[in-house]
Amino acid sequence: MSVLDPVIELVRGLGTTLKMMIEGPVTIQYPEEKREVRPRFRGRHVLKRYDNGLEKCIGCSLCAAACPADAIFVEASENTDEKRFSPGERYASTYEINMLRCIYCGFCEDACPTEAIVLGDNYELSFYDRRSAIYTKESLLEPVPTVDMTTPRKVEAGVFTRSVPEMKDPQD
Amino acid sequence: MSKQVTLTIDGKQITAPEGMYVADAAKLAGIDIPVFCHHPKLEPVGMCRMCLVEIGRPVRDRATGQFVMENGAPKIQFMPKLETACTNKVEDGMVVMTQSNKAVEGQRGTLEFLLTSHPLDCPICDKGGECPLQNLTMAHGPGKSRFLYDEKIHLDKMVPLGELIWLDRERCIQCARCIRFQSDIAGDSVIGFDERGRSTQIVSFSDPGFDSVFSGNTSDICPVGALTTADFRFGARPWELDAQASICTQCPVGCNTTLNTRREAKSGGDIVVKRVMPRQNEEVNEIWLCDKGRFAYHYAESRKRLAKPQIRKDDKLVRASWDAATKLAAENFQKAKKNFVILASGRLSNEDLFNLKSLADHSDGKAYLYSDMAGGDLTSLVGVSEGTNFGKMGAGTAIVVIASDLYQEAPIWYLRIKQAAARGATLIVLNARETKLDKYASFVVRYAYGDEVKSVNDLSKKSKIGDAVMKAENLVVLFGSDGLGVSGTASVASACAKLLQETEHIGKPNNGLIGVWQRANDQGAFEMGFEVEEDLSKALKGKAVYIVGADPVTDDPKLAKALEGAEFVAVQDVIETATTEIADVVLPAQAFTEREGTFTSGERRVQRFYPAVPVTGDAKPDFSITSQIARHMGIVLEGTSISAVFDILSVSVKSFEGLNYARLAEVKEQWPIVGRSDLYYGGTTYENKQGMGAHLSTAATRGEKVSIPKVQREAAPRPKENELLAIPVTRLYDRGTTILPAELLHERIGEASISLHPDAAKEMGVEAGQTVNVSFNGVSGEAVVKLDETISVGVALIPRSMGFAIHEPIPAKVK
Repeated sequence: MSVLDPVIELVRGLGTTLKMMIEGPVTIQYPEEKREVRPRFRGRHVLKRYDNGLEKCIGCSLCAAACPADAIFVEASENTDEKRFSPGERYASTYEINMLRCIYCGFCEDACPTEAIVLGDNYELSFYDRRSAIYTKESLLEPVPTVDMTTPRKVEAGVFTRSVPEMKDPQD
Repeated sequence: MSKQVTLTIDGKQITAPEGMYVADAAKLAGIDIPVFCHHPKLEPVGMCRMCLVEIGRPVRDRATGQFVMENGAPKIQFMPKLETACTNKVEDGMVVMTQSNKAVEGQRGTLEFLLTSHPLDCPICDKGGECPLQNLTMAHGPGKSRFLYDEKIHLDKMVPLGELIWLDRERCIQCARCIRFQSDIAGDSVIGFDERGRSTQIVSFSDPGFDSVFSGNTSDICPVGALTTADFRFGARPWELDAQASICTQCPVGCNTTLNTRREAKSGGDIVVKRVMPRQNEEVNEIWLCDKGRFAYHYAESRKRLAKPQIRKDDKLVRASWDAATKLAAENFQKAKKNFVILASGRLSNEDLFNLKSLADHSDGKAYLYSDMAGGDLTSLVGVSEGTNFGKMGAGTAIVVIASDLYQEAPIWYLRIKQAAARGATLIVLNARETKLDKYASFVVRYAYGDEVKSVNDLSKKSKIGDAVMKAENLVVLFGSDGLGVSGTASVASACAKLLQETEHIGKPNNGLIGVWQRANDQGAFEMGFEVEEDLSKALKGKAVYIVGADPVTDDPKLAKALEGAEFVAVQDVIETATTEIADVVLPAQAFTEREGTFTSGERRVQRFYPAVPVTGDAKPDFSITSQIARHMGIVLEGTSISAVFDILSVSVKSFEGLNYARLAEVKEQWPIVGRSDLYYGGTTYENKQGMGAHLSTAATRGEKVSIPKVQREAAPRPKENELLAIPVTRLYDRGTTILPAELLHERIGEASISLHPDAAKEMGVEAGQTVNVSFNGVSGEAVVKLDETISVGVALIPRSMGFAIHEPIPAKVK
């Protein structure tokens, strides 16, 4: 061991400090600034719509059955051509997720036969009381593509005759 | 016991009764052979080919008839192709292989084929989660189909067969279970197959659609989601439901049911009953339930439910505390002394009725049962008892049905008596008009209204029918209220009891008298000693009345008037009625879904029901309210524990001796095996885990001396010129308090009607469907004319609880 070794180590350490000074900070100024999430990030759920604005959810309650935390409550009702929510026979008239219970495991996403529920990229979940931790269908549904595509809506009779809309094989 | 046969299934040696099918024998031995079209209650047809197995039979020497031996064991010869286990009967020495490669391949092939055009809409199907097709596909089916998804045939979905049952043509696998149930078991062949091959579909050919009171059962035994009920449509997923045992409260049969409950956002987050399912009790309802029992449960969750006690102040009902309300009632009852009258209905449990009767006995009051039928004192004496089971009756048993349209009054009894007749029992139907049961009767006797007693007495005379009755090993007599009021039923019951006593058909199993009562627990009320008063308006006028579970104001304007003149009226009920509106005190009671208790069926079987949903508001169980009133009157009655009330009851009422809640909760093994893991076999009926109940004893079985009071009946009233004799009949779907809240049934309830003979109608110049004015006994109203060729010209049938207060035959003017 030479006597110069501590000096070399010191210079190397200072070198790292110098490098960091040039590179700038890794921290960001949240909430003014927000970080992009990873592609497979599991955040707050979103209930998806088809391109025509109809809801993908058919109220089958399989997400609730798959949920290990029993955080989801679904109640179904029947669609009519006068008042149509989703393309099939059935839609979720009540859809609630208790975000205090949810463990963001994504099982609901896996169980969903129509890819209606997706864990999105919203991670900003804070509540003033327990009641507001229960997200209702209105707060989970994604916005309609255009204003004339709201649900429920009146549709022509005989267009939506399948009980479950036909699905492609999941790509993921 | 029939001869036993020994055979081998999957290497396991089992014994089964001769004549049993292989699929059933395997089930009995705990081996599951998958089936779709086969059902243990139906004759096999071998349509679905799901139960394909390899069957080998021992080879017999043609000359000697002996088994050919090979290596010390009988030589077994297998058929070259697979056979159906549901159509082959067990044979001695038979070898069945359900798991061989060939059999497994056959079952998998059948499933793949059944699924070629199945829509796979399990996520939204009401059957999803309790679906035999789903379960058997998981257990036996191929993981992937070789057929192209895009080539699936698309057929009609959401086809209403009737307003109660929906058909999904894509899901149907053409097993014909529903069709066979309707024709073989229910006797209403109103659905069938139409078209051929790939176009085969189920259609209803009745008007209104699926016109049968047993239609709901087809959705239970449907092995796929093709038939679902309108009531439960998208109600909940089956796995989300809780199940609680209960007893149907709609008629005296006492069908065992299961209440499926779930928390519901539509009902404000309350736990509600989502559907009523049958619960197996082979001695009561087997695995069936009529549509009224299945769909008319809604009254317990009606918006008009009473939640708080009320007392009348300045001519207005205002909320009060339990203490104030019961105290006010007690003070008035006490003040009335001998003028205290209790009017209770058979909607109450045994415990409620016992407390009410005790209150009357201890306070010099009177206790009346609200019913158009008497004769319950006789069913306690010579009724049916321990060991009685319609399901076991056959040759050697004579069943007499008098003055009752069982299809309308007690559908499950109709079903079971029809089956007993098919097994060889002698069925004798006595009625003044044609009823559905006539078709299955050995003898049909027509009498004129008013001659009921005479026709019963004629049964003991020497004739073909007389011989059938006298010589029968067992004799069961059922009497109803078709065209009879209180005095009429009393005399008919007495004549029937005399017949049973004279022919020595009392005190034995499968022998005795059965009343086809109007409500679920009328028999229980009679056991407690309740009486029926013919002239209720006189009995109520000027009295302090305690009405429990009845709505006389809606039912009869005469009674409404009598109650106006009553000294004091306390009404205890589940929902708001016209009677609660005129009450001085209103006491909210818990519905049967919210509490525990027992009912006594018409067959005198005591059965328990259990709480399924939370209590509405401050409502209390009836026995507890009665006890609270009694306490204010200085009478101590048990008011907290219902099983304690039952214990007191069992030592006070002789026929209940030896019974307790634990005894009533006992179950025994039943065949066929039904329940959660055996859905493919028996259907979605629930297994009985919470009690099959127990029979009451009769005076005859206890060895007491039976003396039957002779009842003289006045002759039937004679209608004057331009008058018809109005005859009260009972319809299954009427405007009763417990049915009307079920909106789904409104179409079946229909309008107030009057049935006339075509000739009578012609004479009056009216046609079917026309509205006429009917007036009798100070009441009048509109009714739609129906024609019935089987009644006599001088009578008009008027259904009870359909807008006309008709209790007994009475002359009426029809314009």
